[in-house]
Amino acid sequence: MNTKDIVYIALFAALTAVLGLFPPLTLPVTGVPVTAQSLGPMLAGAILGARRGGLSIVLFLVLVAVGLPLLSGGRGGFGVMIGVTGGFIFGWAISAFVIGLLIEHFWNDLTVIKATLAIGFGGIVVLYAIGNAWVAVAADISYWQATVGAAPFLIGDAIKVAIAVAACLAVRRSYPLISKAR
Amino acid sequence: MIAGLYIDGTSPLHRAGAGIKILAMIALGTGVFLIPDWPVVTVILTTVLVFYPLCGFGPSVIWAQVKPIFWLLLIFFAVQLWLNDWQAGLLVIARVAAIVLFASLVTLTTKTSAMLASLERAMGPLRPLGVNPEKVSLAISMVLRFIPVIATVASEIRDAQRARGLDKSILAMVVPLLIRTLKMADDVADAIEARSFDPDETAS
Repeated sequence: MNTKDIVYIALFAALTAVLGLFPPLTLPVTGVPVTAQSLGPMLAGAILGARRGGLSIVLFLVLVAVGLPLLSGGRGGFGVMIGVTGGFIFGWAISAFVIGLLIEHFWNDLTVIKATLAIGFGGIVVLYAIGNAWVAVAADISYWQATVGAAPFLIGDAIKVAIAVAACLAVRRSYPLISKAR
Repeated sequence: MIAGLYIDGTSPLHRAGAGIKILAMIALGTGVFLIPDWPVVTVILTTVLVFYPLCGFGPSVIWAQVKPIFWLLLIFFAVQLWLNDWQAGLLVIARVAAIVLFASLVTLTTKTSAMLASLERAMGPLRPLGVNPEKVSLAISMVLRFIPVIATVASEIRDAQRARGLDKSILAMVVPLLIRTLKMADDVADAIEARSFDPDETAS
């Protein structure tokens, strides 16, 4: 890993922190808050690739764990991370890694559909699998009940997948990084 | 620089080493899941609560830790009450509250710098596995340095897009932010290399 890789990893960790500063939107009817921060793992994976993207989110999580208030709403510290929704926070690192793997795999002929598959699978299927399992254990409910409880958040995450797909394709045209690395 | 969540004090918990507190946190987090017994977990929760005044923290500090998960805990209690009984509900909320309150206690009584120092010590033995503490330290200091820089870039872009009438479009915000971050990363990497930083060459 050369100096440039370390800088990419650090700057995407910083970018994820900055995305947490944007005020959350509240979805009409359901009242579910949607934060821009969870775009961070999607973008890190889709733009930096599996290894660098995953590590940049790990780095971000380390800084949250040591007590910096970098999560959206100024939250941070161990309490938030191992609380009820901790799986959705730890899951970000794995989500970024999986998105990176799939984007790298599709890189040479990346289309909107393939990018949506990659980011949707990593950013929703993988993330919710981990997050819901964590909620199920913490709240002593079944996996299915946890899945139903998480469903309202899907709308916000679907919007974020769409944004990440468009951003990933735009950056691939203007500033490709993954092909250079391979 | 960003301020941590640390609150100054002189209690025994403030003076205890960061490593010990983290190990205690892991032990407590594992313990409350190994003993699915509501009276025991309630006693653990009460003990954790007693630590807050001992560390000089008032009820408002406790409430600030519980507030973000308060509604979730109520929902969990209701679900358990509906599926099982109130003891099961009490177990679930006491367990989550004990973990969250103790973890917050560790964060509140440990300086970010002490936490990072113990992290660096813990990374030493991982060197044979390919973890390079110098690289990790470089990355950590860069994140802290660049959060304000990227936040400034983000507000510049927001102003520019507002002038174009694009301030409602998230994509018009995200794409320039990404490109400028990547461009900045290239410049920073060049600057670091121009100063002959070589992370693979160990200092001692």
